[in-house]
Amino acid sequence: MHELAITQSILEIAVRHAEAAHARQITDLYIVVGELSSMIDDSVQFYWDIVSQNTVAEGAKLHFQRIPAEMCCSNCSHRYALKPDQFACPTCGSTASVLMAGQEFYLAAIEVQPSEEMAT
Amino acid sequence: MKKHIPVVEKILSANDRLADENRERLDAAGVFAINLMASPGAGKTSLIERTVPKMIEFMRVAVIDGDIATSLDAERASAAGAIAVQINTGGDCHLDAVMMQHALSQLPLKDIDLLIVENVGNLICPAGFRLGTHKSVLVASTPEGSDKPYKYPGMYCGVDALVINKIDLLPYIEFDMTYFRQGVEILNPGLTTFEVSCRTGEGLERWFDWLRITVGTSDRLHMER
Repeated sequence: MHELAITQSILEIAVRHAEAAHARQITDLYIVVGELSSMIDDSVQFYWDIVSQNTVAEGAKLHFQRIPAEMCCSNCSHRYALKPDQFACPTCGSTASVLMAGQEFYLAAIEVQPSEEMAT
Repeated sequence: MKKHIPVVEKILSANDRLADENRERLDAAGVFAINLMASPGAGKTSLIERTVPKMIEFMRVAVIDGDIATSLDAERASAAGAIAVQINTGGDCHLDAVMMQHALSQLPLKDIDLLIVENVGNLICPAGFRLGTHKSVLVASTPEGSDKPYKYPGMYCGVDALVINKIDLLPYIEFDMTYFRQGVEILNPGLTTFEVSCRTGEGLERWFDWLRITVGTSDRLHMER
């Protein structure tokens, strides 16, 4: 269980970017999570409600975009999803494949309410 | 009206920055460090017990032991001849760059050539947290089963070497080495792999040689300066 530390890290990054933009309130966070990164959405949501209290991000909604683990076959260039029972290329059977996606773990964007003086 | 702000920042970037600082500190002191990861009971400490007495013939060795509680592993590393520091994570499932930083402060870095960091036994979390070490080494063991690369691909993707321990048990258990190594090969093509038994000593010479060469070619050895 390390979701608490991760949630605090998400908050720190979001607040820093919101402050730089002189935002009054963070309303939404867009988090990209690769299938191979060890993170559980529900736990982050649970901690989020606690750690975001009394910050500009309080009440903000978390949106998780899951990226499947995707392989590209070096032999026939076929792209396929990595699954426990499907490591080799399903088209040509080759085991020479390269991991193309699935290790992402980043905050892609936030949505904010601009401060009064910034609002038009 | 809502305003959209692109961020695109890695969530573990704070840990990564600190890991970079740890690396700079190690490099400045001429220490080569490896991050040893495995599930509980795979044989991390046993491998350290075998490795330390061999390596101290050539270089000065220290061990950082990450554990949830107790200092049993650090005592074993110390008994084997290493300078040992214990970090109790107090329940955390992995070491992170902050814990690594604290441990480095307790070590006489100028007097160390090789630092082995024994991570908490876990095949999931340690993969995500860089410590600042130079190489990551995974210890797998045959009783865990040959499906482990397929179940924990995240861990197998990111390591620089793999030690398959407990090969002396192969006649007694169901472990399909071909299936296992095929999974590893897809996730991490060309990965340096050692089949060993820490109990009998079989296969360890190759691991010792690799480690010596890896540390040596890193051009950090005090003894050679």
